[in-house]
Amino acid sequence: MKVTINGSARELPHGTTVAQAVRILTSATTGVAVAVNDEVVTRGTWETTALSDSDRVEVLTAVQGG
Amino acid sequence: MDDLIIAGEKFSSRLIMGTGGAPSLEVLDRALVASGTRLTTVAMRRLDPAARGSVLDVLRRRDIKVLPNTAGCFTAGDAVLTARLAREALGTDWVKLEVIADERTLLPDPIETFDAAERLVADGFTVLPYIGDDPALARRLEQAGCAAVMPLGAPIGSGLGIRNPHSIELIVEAAGVPVILDAGIGTASDAALAMELGCDAVLLATAVTRAQRPDLMAAAMKGAVEAGRLARLAGRIPRRRYAEASSPVGP
Repeated sequence: MKVTINGSARELPHGTTVAQAVRILTSATTGVAVAVNDEVVTRGTWETTALSDSDRVEVLTAVQGG
Repeated sequence: MDDLIIAGEKFSSRLIMGTGGAPSLEVLDRALVASGTRLTTVAMRRLDPAARGSVLDVLRRRDIKVLPNTAGCFTAGDAVLTARLAREALGTDWVKLEVIADERTLLPDPIETFDAAERLVADGFTVLPYIGDDPALARRLEQAGCAAVMPLGAPIGSGLGIRNPHSIELIVEAAGVPVILDAGIGTASDAALAMELGCDAVLLATAVTRAQRPDLMAAAMKGAVEAGRLARLAGRIPRRRYAEASSPVGP
C-alpha cells in the first residue's frame, strides 16, 4: 500500500503500524508526535494502530522557533 | 525580582526566550543561560532524520520549561492540531497560540486566533495567545479563558520596538491575566520600556539570537527586564513641562 510520511510517498506492507512507520524515521519515542490524516495518534496506541492505503502520516518534533 | 505567575505557576525570571534564529545549539545554550529565562518557546516541525542534537536536550539540561508554539499556522484548525501534537510530543498542555495572517507581515489573525483559543481552552490547554496590540481583543481572549495575553510591540523579527505604547498601557490597565510583550523587541531599552508600561513579562528571540554577540545581548535583556520591572514597581515621577528644582531655592 502507498502512504505518505512527512510528505514523501512510501510503499509499505499491508498492516504496517504507526510505530513501524515512525521507526523508519527515528528510534526516538519521546519528544515525537504523530498525526494520521490530521488526527493525533497517541503514543500508547502506536503499536496497535494499523495504517491504511493513502494515509497521510505526519511525524513531528520540537525545533528551534518562536 | 518578584515572581512571574502564569496559570498558578511561578517563574523567577520575567524574560521569556524564544529559540528561533540561533546559529547553533551551543550559541543558543549560552544565550539562554545568560538570559536567566525559565520559560522558552519551541516550534513543531516534521522530524528530520538527519538532524543532530535537539533544542529539547538544551532545555532539559538547563531545566527550562518548554512552551511550544503554533508558528506557521494560518488557520484555527491547523493551530489546534499543532497544539495537540505538541502536547503529545512534549507532555505539556501549555501553548503559545500563534495564527498568522500572511507571510509578509506575520501579523496575527485575530479571528482565527480567537476561534483556536476557544477550542484549546475547551480542550484543557493553558493558552497564551500572540495578538496585535488590540485592547478589545485582549479582553475577549481573557474572558474566553486564556492564561495570558501576548500583544506585539512590532512585527516579528522587525526590531522596531514598541510602536504603540499607549495601546500596550490600555491592555495592561484592563487585564486580569499577565500581559507579555511579544515580538518587535530590538534592543535592551525596548524590553525595559515594556516593563515600565506595566507588562508582566517580555518574550523575545531574534533580538538576542541574531545579535552579533547573543550571550551579551541576552545578559542585557535580563538586566533591562529587571530594571524596567523595578521602575514600574517604584512608580515614576510625573512628566512636567518646566523644571522643578531638586536643590533648595533661595539663599
